[in-house]
Amino acid sequence: MIQKPLILSTERLHKSFGGLMAICDLSFSVREGEIKSVIGPNGAGKTTLFNLITGVHCISSGTIVFQERSINGLKPHVIAGMGISRTFQTVELFPQMTVLENVMVGCHPRSKAGLFSSGFRLPRMQKEEKWIREQAFEKLILGGLQKKADLAAGNLPLGEQKTLEVLRAIATGPKLILLDEPAAGLNEVETQKMADLVYAIRDSGVTILLVEHDMSLVMKVSDEIIVINYGEKIAEGPPDRIQSDPKVIEAYLGGETLCLS
Amino acid sequence: MGKSNYLKLLVAAALVAVIPLIVSGDYHLSILVFVGINCMVVVGLSLLMGYAGQISLGHAAFFGIGAYSTGILTTHFGFSIYAAFGCGLLFSALVAVIIGIPALRLKGHYLAIATLGIGEIIYILFNEMVELTGGPSGLSNIPAFHIGGYPFGHSLQYYYLVWGVLMVILWFSLNLIHSRVGRALRAMHGSEVAANAMGINLSFYKIQIFVLSALYASVAGSIYAHFVSFIAPNNFALMNSIMFLVMGVVGGIHNIWGAVLGAVLMTFLPEYLRVFKEFDILMYGAILLAILLFMPEGFLEGIPMMWRKYVKRGEA
Repeated sequence: MIQKPLILSTERLHKSFGGLMAICDLSFSVREGEIKSVIGPNGAGKTTLFNLITGVHCISSGTIVFQERSINGLKPHVIAGMGISRTFQTVELFPQMTVLENVMVGCHPRSKAGLFSSGFRLPRMQKEEKWIREQAFEKLILGGLQKKADLAAGNLPLGEQKTLEVLRAIATGPKLILLDEPAAGLNEVETQKMADLVYAIRDSGVTILLVEHDMSLVMKVSDEIIVINYGEKIAEGPPDRIQSDPKVIEAYLGGETLCLS
Repeated sequence: MGKSNYLKLLVAAALVAVIPLIVSGDYHLSILVFVGINCMVVVGLSLLMGYAGQISLGHAAFFGIGAYSTGILTTHFGFSIYAAFGCGLLFSALVAVIIGIPALRLKGHYLAIATLGIGEIIYILFNEMVELTGGPSGLSNIPAFHIGGYPFGHSLQYYYLVWGVLMVILWFSLNLIHSRVGRALRAMHGSEVAANAMGINLSFYKIQIFVLSALYASVAGSIYAHFVSFIAPNNFALMNSIMFLVMGVVGGIHNIWGAVLGAVLMTFLPEYLRVFKEFDILMYGAILLAILLFMPEGFLEGIPMMWRKYVKRGEA
């Protein structure tokens, strides 16, 4: 089998907050078109890792390479424009805006109307606006939210808010999407729907990096899993190998470390 | 912009055209001119605060920069009014950019205090640059506005000028909020971290909208200077910045139309409080307090809400 090229790789990544080492010497890579999951106990540094990749936090040392370009020190909006999109662990929608508008905001990197052409409603802006609306609606259909297009996003139930966040993220036209616990708080039916959505995204050619606590979802959808604990990588490999890895079992079920706490 | 907004704009334009037929007398028309001038500033504030979520307690400064720019350029340097207007706009934009780049890095209360401080600095400059501004005793003999050599003599002409310009500003602003830029601003208000992750350059949009609102205030100030022909620093002090803010809040700053309503109400109100003589400021405070307590969303949304709550429930 020919291996697909790398889309994202990190090399000896370090991040400390004051004296606390959140990410320590972390090197891993993601291949184009795969679904890779990051798992680990609470506080292992998974969300920090996402914040480093998307430029929310700056790196203490190490490098992150996306499509053969270093993205160290770039601003979040620049990184988003390059094709890395994300969702958030705690829902970060724009609650006052409608469901459709939320996804339309997602189209931001792929459109360019400025203050002047928007204020004067120039023809090219109107054309682009129509395109944005169509794109956004297409995404809503993908997630089954088209009937709720005109509701305020803040009024949706949690499951649909989570879906909407994913739809908004794919509206940016990403090459890589980081999903931070998309199934947290969802029931079984909703989780199944989320899994279907994740597959649909993968099938459209987008690479996925997933942080998730729902192990049934992780084991089902992942091509590869990386396990981190206390900011360090403790295992990496396909799901079946991870499940039987003694270090992983210890991290989750607790060895001596747990007794101390 | 949605169809309903075009409709509202048309209705507003029709009202503007018709009102002078009903309202007569220079006094009433001159109040309406002030209403229009205040509307311009408050609409800008609504974009900045209500939509983009960035507070400014120093907008009277931009109002003043517009007023003093045209005032000084036309009286001291013999500029034509149009050239002076243009210079005022350019100058306001420049000041807004220079102030905005550092100030808009701040959030919430910090931004409020920073803009308040900047407003005060500019107010002090108006007072101290005596050779240009005339200092505390003000700048007088600012020429009347004119079109093609015909000077404006009546409030009616200013009325049409102000409200005509305001209609253009409203049209521009309504277009803006229903566009990619407007969505970016509202997104920023909703969640900065998410907006940033959607590729929105936060500081770029914050500065852009800050400059735009400063431009609105500057246009208003320029027209104001030519209308009243005499300006003094007191017209542009902190109290005026707060007044603009209050107008927005009373009408409902989260909506452009709310801003317009607030400016209308709060410009007229003092005129009707004159019967209370020196107690007018107390009445003013009481009315303001009542609005904030019972209609924190402002009049535009507060009235229908009260209607649903009390009248409809009473029927059921």
